[in-house]
Amino acid sequence: MAVGATEAIDLSRAMVLAPTGAADWLVVAPVVIPLLVGAVLLMFRHETKPQAGVALAGLAATLVGNMLLLARILDEGPVVMTMGRWLPPFGISFTADILGASLSLVATLVALVCAFYSTTDIGTIGRRYGFYPFLMLMMAGVSGSFLTGDIFNLYVWFEVFLISSFGLLVLGSEHRQLDGTTKYAILNLIGTTFFLTATALLYGVFGTLNMADIARKADSVREAAPLTTLAMFFLLAFGMKAAAFPVNFWLPASYHTPRIVTAALFGGVLTKVGVYALLRTLVMLFPPERAILSGVIAWVAAGTMVIGIMGALSQTDLRRVLGFVVISSVGIMLAGLALGSAEGLAGSIFYAFHSMIVMAALYLLAGVMNGIGGSYSLRTLSGLYSAHPMIAAFALLLMLSAAGLPPASGLWPKVMLVRASLDVGQPWLALAVLATGFLTTLALGRVFILAIWRERADAAPMAAASTTPLLGYLALAALALPMLFMGVYPQPVIELAERAAAGILDASAYIDTVFPEGARP
Amino acid sequence: MRTLIFRTTAPYLTALMVLFSIFVLLRGHNEPGGGFIGGLIAASAFAIYGIACGVSPVRRALYFHPMAISAFGLLVSATSGVVSLFFDVPFLTGLWTTIDLLGLPVDFSTVILFDIGVYFVVLGSITSIALALEEREHA
Repeated sequence: MAVGATEAIDLSRAMVLAPTGAADWLVVAPVVIPLLVGAVLLMFRHETKPQAGVALAGLAATLVGNMLLLARILDEGPVVMTMGRWLPPFGISFTADILGASLSLVATLVALVCAFYSTTDIGTIGRRYGFYPFLMLMMAGVSGSFLTGDIFNLYVWFEVFLISSFGLLVLGSEHRQLDGTTKYAILNLIGTTFFLTATALLYGVFGTLNMADIARKADSVREAAPLTTLAMFFLLAFGMKAAAFPVNFWLPASYHTPRIVTAALFGGVLTKVGVYALLRTLVMLFPPERAILSGVIAWVAAGTMVIGIMGALSQTDLRRVLGFVVISSVGIMLAGLALGSAEGLAGSIFYAFHSMIVMAALYLLAGVMNGIGGSYSLRTLSGLYSAHPMIAAFALLLMLSAAGLPPASGLWPKVMLVRASLDVGQPWLALAVLATGFLTTLALGRVFILAIWRERADAAPMAAASTTPLLGYLALAALALPMLFMGVYPQPVIELAERAAAGILDASAYIDTVFPEGARP
Repeated sequence: MRTLIFRTTAPYLTALMVLFSIFVLLRGHNEPGGGFIGGLIAASAFAIYGIACGVSPVRRALYFHPMAISAFGLLVSATSGVVSLFFDVPFLTGLWTTIDLLGLPVDFSTVILFDIGVYFVVLGSITSIALALEEREHA
């Protein structure tokens, strides 16, 4: 081997000398594959024809990598790889546990389905602007955020997917899109500033950025260091990224402007990265501080879900309605964070899986409805039931699922959250979850009645009423199937979520993987 | 800025700066320099050329679109990390070898490959921005 090793220097004190098998590469596969494919697609941006095919193949490969990674973690516990062979905490570690790997898997699935649907939604111009390279680079950033074990590296991956998402938002450079992107960019940069400040403060306190290292050292510095301030900073920064209530205004200002595929990706995936980062920092790194802040988080959660869904009730544009539903779903995930019990966190994690899939599916459904009815406005969109009963079937299933009613996947995580809040002694949070479910039923039921059941006023047939949106149906079915599976047979998913929650509540397995010589410094 | 003096000297200046940027890039491994600063110097070279002679001569001279150059750099950098897959070491590990170039031993490594990638990423993205701004100015 060509790696230079001088006899005089003891390399084992600085480097990982154990050979890294090809199987360990699974940890970086969900990042490296989209990165490489994205770079190639960007080089050949003007060859618009093969772009979609290459992107789909790349995402499918990423999905396979994610599945193998999760299977391995379920078998053997967390997997770590430290870049450049430097020993952690000096090398940057990628540490994949069940929480990160499973979220990365669901996100890649959603991205794959969205890329599939994009073949109709993104034309030659969108491809020339670089839709597919942006998509791949965004997925590299999202997977990197889920899998990294280093808090500054988390910041870097946040930047990677944010910058790619700016590109996706502004695709086409319409006036409306520029307006939405400016708001999105500025408000997200403020959130990023908070994140960076918190990271700098954290480095000042701990002298390390490796999450496992922080988790094992937190107890020893707690007396002297302002950890609650740090936790509050992270809550604010990631709360902003997740669109939690007092700092959620960027989402309704921008999510209705881009192409519907982009909106589906954002609504499905991006806010969940913020929720994931909250779970990772507050539950795994600073559990006592999370307990101190739990009252604040509970109010934020309740405010996010109730005010979010009230926003949805007042809108007439289908995409704006969905934007507010996304916000309210973030509130439900934060409820588990506020409770902090194993069941509550498992409920949040399960809800994150569910919400990624169902929100993306709802946006795609809006795209299909617009394709047939010719409008996103609830004032004009009507008569879909008589023209396309299949749409009504998909819409009913998705709306029931989003509202948390059987048979689809929304029911079980809400049951878990309600039971957990009663167990912890926060019955009002359970009430908020249930009330949100009711209001979601109203908000989406209104959409269903107006857009699907209402008779079309003008007798003229719809523009595209005769053609069946086959690709749209396929994309919706690809998302509805896992959703139905999770609803009808939830046990494996509940177990997965419970193990993921246990993995962040007790970080010793995570720490042992990164620092095999002992969990204590 | 289309003065005669500037327009006459700019191509020479550009050539010199590009040459210097490559020197800085290769020097970077053990001394101050490297891909990032080298890329910035090269990008400013093309920016100067663009100010003096207009944007389209720069685009013609570059031949590839600046964003494609940038993407090529990203590909090179990422690939330099993947090389370590075949040596049982983690992603992005520096691997060294000595190649014999006309009887002269030259150390070659994935590290310099990574740096070359960074050079192209910076060169491509900054040139892309600079040219877009200069185009706007002349339009």
